[in-house]
Amino acid sequence: MRLKFTVNGRQAEADDVWEGESLLYVLRERLGLPGSKNACEQGECGSCTVRLDGVAACACLVAAGQVQDREVDTVEGLAGEDELDAVQRAFVDAGAVQCGFCTPGLLVAADDLLERCPSPSDSEIRESLAGNLCRCTGYEKIMDAVRLAADRRAEEARS
Amino acid sequence: MTSQVTPYAIGTALQRLDGRSKVTGTAPYAFERVVDNATYLHPVQATIALGQITAIDTAEAEALDGVITILTHVNAPRLASTEDRELAVLQTDRVSFRGQLIGAVIADTPETARQAAGLVRISYAQWPHEAELSSERSDLYTPEAVNPSFPADTDEGDVDTAMSAAPVTLDTTYTTPLEYNNPMEPHTTVALWNDHELTLYDSTQGAHTVRTTVAPVIGLDPERIHVSAPHVGGGFGSKGIPHAHIVLAALAARTVEGRPVKFALTRQQMFSLAGHRTPTIQRVRLAADTDGRLSALAHDVVEWTSKVKEFAEQTAVPSRNVYAAPNRRTSHRLAALDVPVPSWMRAPGECPGMFGPEVAVDEMALKCGIDPVEFRARNEPDVDPETGKPFSSRHLVECLREGADRFGWHHRDPTPASRTERGWLVGTGVASSIYPTLRAVSTATIRVEAADHYRVDIGATDIGTGTWTALTQIAADALEVPVGHVDLRIGETAQPEASVAGGSTGNATWGTAIVEAARALQDTHGRPPEIGAEASGTTPNNPETERFAMFAHGAQFAEVRVHADTGEIRVPRMLGVFAAGRIINPRTAHSQFIGGMTMGLSMALHEVGVLDTRFGHVVNHDFAEYHIPTNADVGDIDATWIDEDDPYVNPMGAKGIGEIGIVGAAAAIANAAHHATGIRLRELPITPDALLR
Repeated sequence: MRLKFTVNGRQAEADDVWEGESLLYVLRERLGLPGSKNACEQGECGSCTVRLDGVAACACLVAAGQVQDREVDTVEGLAGEDELDAVQRAFVDAGAVQCGFCTPGLLVAADDLLERCPSPSDSEIRESLAGNLCRCTGYEKIMDAVRLAADRRAEEARS
Repeated sequence: MTSQVTPYAIGTALQRLDGRSKVTGTAPYAFERVVDNATYLHPVQATIALGQITAIDTAEAEALDGVITILTHVNAPRLASTEDRELAVLQTDRVSFRGQLIGAVIADTPETARQAAGLVRISYAQWPHEAELSSERSDLYTPEAVNPSFPADTDEGDVDTAMSAAPVTLDTTYTTPLEYNNPMEPHTTVALWNDHELTLYDSTQGAHTVRTTVAPVIGLDPERIHVSAPHVGGGFGSKGIPHAHIVLAALAARTVEGRPVKFALTRQQMFSLAGHRTPTIQRVRLAADTDGRLSALAHDVVEWTSKVKEFAEQTAVPSRNVYAAPNRRTSHRLAALDVPVPSWMRAPGECPGMFGPEVAVDEMALKCGIDPVEFRARNEPDVDPETGKPFSSRHLVECLREGADRFGWHHRDPTPASRTERGWLVGTGVASSIYPTLRAVSTATIRVEAADHYRVDIGATDIGTGTWTALTQIAADALEVPVGHVDLRIGETAQPEASVAGGSTGNATWGTAIVEAARALQDTHGRPPEIGAEASGTTPNNPETERFAMFAHGAQFAEVRVHADTGEIRVPRMLGVFAAGRIINPRTAHSQFIGGMTMGLSMALHEVGVLDTRFGHVVNHDFAEYHIPTNADVGDIDATWIDEDDPYVNPMGAKGIGEIGIVGAAAAIANAAHHATGIRLRELPITPDALLR
């Protein structure tokens, strides 16, 4: 099929797409957007988390045919032209990045959480991000980063 | 004494230099390297544990549109060396373990390759296999050495006599399960063969290690193999020793010369192809006087290896160095089974080997009626019990005491099962940790590119540990310039040869090479050196190892809550206090410590590979069923450290920290679970059924 959908606010097209191939494959191998990672291909690890019409989803479990005429947001769309998003800055500042392979999915999931719940409690953060496995950090720095991002976004909203 | 670098950047919490590229999704991991006209490889794996391939039918697979070629042992290029039987892929019709690579489909898309791999029909003659580990096996043998080159057995004094003479003794067996490293990035190789040159974009802990391992296997001059690994999504040992998939990718690339072959293992494939930690059976014997002073310590280990290639985990080795006991014995016995090849997993040896003894010490402390922190302090050796050498620095007791203060240990009623809060049984536990301070050999080159611009080249790797950042700090201090003047390049065989990121040796080895290069630059070219000046340095032997025993130490504390009705087990609090020389970067180090502790929590409560011995198959071979902790599984985990001034280990005074965080963590949790419930847990992982009485 000819696949047409919106990625990070821009129209994207790919030809000769098999409807059953994963959105993750389309993003990574056809559209040159390798930010979303492939780490389990069964929706268990969250490394490929994107937003599909605003809803967080594992791109490995979304068939290409399902995204026709829909909107997809990936980690590549978080930052502005020159400036990182508050969530991205917070992950760097808090030292929440190690090997970095879970990071893009976590950033999208954290962005989604903060949009739904601007000042989450610790248990809300832990529960919301429980679908994003990290093998390096032990999650403490990720908690710090999400708290920091929430504070900064609140600060930005006030000013 | 080693001449020390004056720390300016060292010791500061410099932000991770690769942070920005990782949070924007632009850091290129192996599969993401831009190549033209790519092909995709999907392997065919054996579905029996032992036997012989009798027929292969590829007709249906080959008929699929987009299939380029299918490799099996029948048509695959011959390897130059099959001495390493793990790496000798597609060379015989023999199957030596379930999941072994026995074929490969190369196709235009990964979907096609995968579909075709499923259509390859293999017929086997199946032979009876052995996949059951037991200490009762009659074929257990003593390896010549255990990883990497320790003697398999040691025996000092007379353990048996000490055991019969002592008023307090313990003779108990502990087990740790089959475990998998599971870095988040699956093992990946992109291979391009062009005119007798092989380029490998690989997810590895050592670019040079891949080159020197693969070269003799495929029969290429090492200089013709180019390995690149600037960003690696975790390894934890499983990307340290190159595995068979790299050779398969190279063979495939040779077959489709000129077109790159992209090959990423799936999570499920990793369980048979990327190494694992052997299960261990550990008999621990302790003898003590009524004051809790150990007179004997024996640690006898039974574990497995693969018939394909021996890997002997050094599980009993830490028992040679931790506690003073005049009579000591350690041994390793292996069962060679028809299973995939075990390998390094974070703190091989120390991690499983500090589970049995550290639970045993808790049991002995209780028997003697002595606080477990105090018991350990009473058995603190004056010198390394194994070699008789003094320690270059050792602050285990200080870690224990500081941890006890910070954790609130002293408020604890030592009686097991004495504290209940709203239906939860609450307990606390402690364990020691130890990890050797080692170093390998590497070379670094520094070149003055422009005023205030020093380019540092070393073929080191950053698997998430923070190498990019820490080595930049070390280079800056070695050159006595700000970090902004240093342009570090790592991860390529084009750079000077460097050792693998393993054994917590990275910073010590690579940092020392960089310091040597900086000193050579200054000695040869003055200060500041002129533009264009260049010098190299290589990690020298450390003569101080003749005089001193060198280890990092730590103390692990855990609080465990067990639900009285359901047996649900939670770990709301963990604290690690470590003594590991000078900390290069507190920000990255803290994350390394607590990441290690979390992997220890994972070992305590979650991780177990369930092997169906009838088929030699690990049935829970994915993240759906092989569990590692999620964010919601962990509580407040913190780590701190005692500053050590150790001028003997290396010019930075730094000990490796990548592995010590996992050591002892599972024992601290098991001991806390006993304190909470009165149920002694000697088998990992600890699951609710074991806590229901």
